[in-house]
Amino acid sequence: MANVLAFAESRAGALRKVALEAVTAARALADTAGGGEVHAIVAGAPGIAGEAPRLGAHGADRVVAVEHAAFANYDPESIAATVAERAKSGGYRAIIFSASAQGRDLAPRVAAKLGVGMLSDVISLEVSGDAIVAKHPAYANKVIATVAVTGSPAIVSLRPNAFTPVENARAGTVESAQPAADPGASRVVVRETIKGSSTRPDLTEAPVIVSGGRGLKAPENFKLVEELAEAFGNAAVGCTRAVTDDGWRPHSDQIGQTGRVVSPQLYVAVGISGAIQHLAGMRTSGTIVAINKDREAPIFKVADYGIVGDALQIVPALTKAVREARRHG
Amino acid sequence: MKIAVCIKRVPDMEARFRIASSGASVDEAGLKYDMGDFDGYAVEAALQITEKQGGEVVAISLGPAVVQETLRKALSMGVARAVQLEAAAIPFDGFAIARALAAELKDGGYDLIMFGKVALDSANGVVGAMTAELLGLPVVTACSKLDVAGGRGTARRELEGGAELVEFPLPAVVTIDEGIARPRYPALKGIMAAKKKPLEVKPAQLGEQRATIKSMELPAERPPGRIIGEGTDAIPELVRLLQNEAKVL
Repeated sequence: MANVLAFAESRAGALRKVALEAVTAARALADTAGGGEVHAIVAGAPGIAGEAPRLGAHGADRVVAVEHAAFANYDPESIAATVAERAKSGGYRAIIFSASAQGRDLAPRVAAKLGVGMLSDVISLEVSGDAIVAKHPAYANKVIATVAVTGSPAIVSLRPNAFTPVENARAGTVESAQPAADPGASRVVVRETIKGSSTRPDLTEAPVIVSGGRGLKAPENFKLVEELAEAFGNAAVGCTRAVTDDGWRPHSDQIGQTGRVVSPQLYVAVGISGAIQHLAGMRTSGTIVAINKDREAPIFKVADYGIVGDALQIVPALTKAVREARRHG
Repeated sequence: MKIAVCIKRVPDMEARFRIASSGASVDEAGLKYDMGDFDGYAVEAALQITEKQGGEVVAISLGPAVVQETLRKALSMGVARAVQLEAAAIPFDGFAIARALAAELKDGGYDLIMFGKVALDSANGVVGAMTAELLGLPVVTACSKLDVAGGRGTARRELEGGAELVEFPLPAVVTIDEGIARPRYPALKGIMAAKKKPLEVKPAQLGEQRATIKSMELPAERPPGRIIGEGTDAIPELVRLLQNEAKVL
């Protein structure tokens, strides 16, 4: 019997999808480790406890709701202290985070507070004897390492989108808790959370990504990429490093070795040559479509479906065809 | 300002990696090494701060004697002095590395301790935050913008679909994301000067390692790419394949 604690990430009063991924993975780990309980801890402004039913639906036996007005923005110090205190009192075998921007910040803080080892950015997870064993992409995603951590609790962060949320209803009994450290005493203060200008879904969560490179020739031509993303319904928009270096798009949109690593069901590369730097961030996508004028471009070596030609002509026509197909499909 | 930058020697990620005969590491033959991409941004950001505000930058790297090459590179960029924390190998366990770094940093009198946000070989991205916790210092991770003045810092962190603006007091630890500053290439003068700059070697106090690599494998290759046509004429076929073969439309 071993209980597992999942950190349920939220932003602006709502759970993020990665919270459900963490709870799902925690449920699977608890079940294989002898059927312990899953506790999900969620921190936010008053009202966040209202998200508890969704955590219960994905396998949380208990939901620890830490509500505080100061948690309207992420409070790394107070939340890390609160998770660590809960971990000390709970006798958990493991604490599961997402390797999201917030989880990557929080998980190592908690591990160091508890003086325990951790595994980062894993794509699978299991208990093996006295160790937790996981697969972890390393070397710019070119190597898959099997890694292990001993000691309890083991801290683990999950690669976003690598674990699919599964409904597995449990009680989700809500337990209110106070922050273990006064948010007013936090040294690191998030003054503002800026919402991206795009209304599109996030790159790490989107099932479809349309991505543009220098082949689009000018920043204003990204509207063609936006329109194609719109045609797919819920696609996110990404780009290459060359494009962010030129200031056409924000760094947060960059897919690649030094940017986001994504793995959507469908990845459409528009005017992207396929530099190693870029391929490192998208080669595990389900289906890859490439549109590029250079037949020899390396992107065609990984593209399931390649079209040779001028992106500026092909993309608008493809947008129309995708709209048609979705209307009739 | 006294700034420490902790850097790691990593292989060039453009390489085609092979698994060593041990099955638990990459084959080092033929690999080129440099400081990590994000470490380069951190060194550059540190140099820009001290160039404006005065002070010195100290580079620290943990590992065997070869990490001295990486430290010399930092010295040639303009770092004042360097410290090698000597270890037979660079461990996978980020907490072990953090313990060794914290032991070195704790009485150093640094106003700012900087890291790259992640080293792409082990790809853990935990050492900066863990080191800060061990030192009891505030930490801001993955900063894409950073300003320090008057004993305080402000930073921007990129989020999924957004960003955070963060304030913090110094001394502090920050880890650096892309976008902050493009690393300079060392000039010949800098390379010559680097040879004479102090590089101290001390033993690393690593302690127990709980996170380890058991084995490594190369990911499954994608099926070879396929060009289905040219120009807008290929669009009907693409839509058909997306609907009927890939079933994603």
